[in-house]
Amino acid sequence: MESLQPISGPWALIAMSLKVTIIFGVVVLVVAYSTLAERRVSAWIQDRRGPNRVGPFGLLQPVADGIKNLLKEETLPATASKAFFVLAPMFVLVPSLVTFAVIPIAAPLPTPAGIVDMIIADVPIGILYVLAFSSLAVYGVVLGGWASNNKYAFLGGLRASAQMVSYEVALGLSLITVLMMSGNVTLTEVVWQQQQLGMWFAFPLSLAFILFVISAFAETNRLPFDMPEAESELVTGYHTEYSAMKFSAFMISEFGHMVTASALMATLFLGGWDLPGTWDDAFWHEGQLIRGFTQDGVIVLANPAWWKTVLTFGGFAIKTSFFMLLYIWIRWTLPRFRYDQVMALGWKVMLPTALAYAMLIGGTILVLDEVGIRWGFSYGLALTAVSGVATAGFIFFLDRGRTIIGAAGQSRQKVSITGISQPATAGD
Amino acid sequence: MAISVKVMNRPEPEDTSYLRAALSGMALTFRHLVNPSKVTQQYPEEPTDLSPRWRGTHRMEVHADGRPKCVACGLCPTVCPANCIRLVGGEDDQGNRYPIVYEIDEFRCIFCGMCQEVCPVEAIHVGQHFENAEYTRSRFVYDLDRLMEQDHPTTLLWDPSDPSSE
Repeated sequence: MESLQPISGPWALIAMSLKVTIIFGVVVLVVAYSTLAERRVSAWIQDRRGPNRVGPFGLLQPVADGIKNLLKEETLPATASKAFFVLAPMFVLVPSLVTFAVIPIAAPLPTPAGIVDMIIADVPIGILYVLAFSSLAVYGVVLGGWASNNKYAFLGGLRASAQMVSYEVALGLSLITVLMMSGNVTLTEVVWQQQQLGMWFAFPLSLAFILFVISAFAETNRLPFDMPEAESELVTGYHTEYSAMKFSAFMISEFGHMVTASALMATLFLGGWDLPGTWDDAFWHEGQLIRGFTQDGVIVLANPAWWKTVLTFGGFAIKTSFFMLLYIWIRWTLPRFRYDQVMALGWKVMLPTALAYAMLIGGTILVLDEVGIRWGFSYGLALTAVSGVATAGFIFFLDRGRTIIGAAGQSRQKVSITGISQPATAGD
Repeated sequence: MAISVKVMNRPEPEDTSYLRAALSGMALTFRHLVNPSKVTQQYPEEPTDLSPRWRGTHRMEVHADGRPKCVACGLCPTVCPANCIRLVGGEDDQGNRYPIVYEIDEFRCIFCGMCQEVCPVEAIHVGQHFENAEYTRSRFVYDLDRLMEQDHPTTLLWDPSDPSSE
């Protein structure tokens, strides 16, 4: 079975160059078209049709937008800090696009020269790399807000820093449960363990899934957490002073973050490129591409095929687009939180819940291992039951606790006047 | 599409829940998302339906032999509040008055329709038409030939079943 060896030599270099080019191109294309998707879906939600004039079904609209942004005048505020003002869009754009490098997008592809992994860089630090780079993006936002020398931009930058820091905590804590389950931080291993468990982590780690989705919305500055932009309060927040391609860089990075976060959610909680069944499972185990183990622990070799790669990539694309649609759908449904609500939700609800849930899952894993249940479907079912109770409790608490009180709730604070004492008259 | 006012029955704060409200809101937006009937009018493909009383681009009515119905009485330049009509009248050898020059500056015109109301021979009309974009400003001064070429429906300034407003 020589063809089951990983690709090596000059062919590996060619394969890597092709992968980098194609995946980067596809990500940029998806980012461009997600701007169109946002406009079309928002239009449909509002009973409009959306942009459909440029090309068939408006499909060339991103091209027209790109040309427009390239040709528009670049403004540079006289009082801005020029170097940082120019640097800020790059600081935002680069992290949003490089994070995709560690996300596996499909099952390994067999070629005559060997097997090609459908991931740019299967680095051993996987998720940590994603977290590090997605945290870097806030520097660009803060830098842009500060360098503009504009009070609205500055407020937007300040809000961004506070919000990103707050929700990064909950994001990291909800990730801990995933890492406890997979036992490794590489995303290929996360996908592999979901294949071995026989179910996607969205079920055994349902509460972590919910917390992660909420935190990811806050991290990408999307509504209802778009405090840094908040166009009704802060003009457009941190990118108020930006125009033309610099503004476009901020928009591209926002959508780039959306795409990356969607892909990450799909990988961590919906099995990544995994499709139901074990026919597509593949993982490098001690130099061999395996599909799994028998009851006795004997290795079952995987048999990769090009159609499996295509099918699993389709699955990955569908899962990612589901989250993209969720992003857009929620943006055009929910109004923006107040700033104190964002902070209250982050620190008073998300953080303690994530912490308690990490302990709960850790304890459950410990008990299940002590009892001796094998890593498999029944293991997942037990965790699903525990998580289901935790999720139900969390939802009940959120529902009853009125953590986020709407405008109607403020009427409770009205002062009721029970009696008015008569003022003393002059004659008394 | 008729515009109506919806009276909101705001719930008591004790009965509100952000989570349930958010989910019902998402259900509502999803219903609109998949709803195939959209309100956008696809304008260049689907013509807009104008009101019968829409007052737009002018047109000059013509006789069967191609002469303008205008008798150069001078009422329309007199009544025109925007002073956009230029009329030079003439008289042929039978004593019939006719316009030598009849120009309307569509940029100055405020489309009040008083020229049509005042015209004794129902010659000049405002029309149910608005697509009159041009490349130069000078093209917006419509001369007599151009006014006679217009073939869009004319405006009904009054109810056709009661033309003399009785």
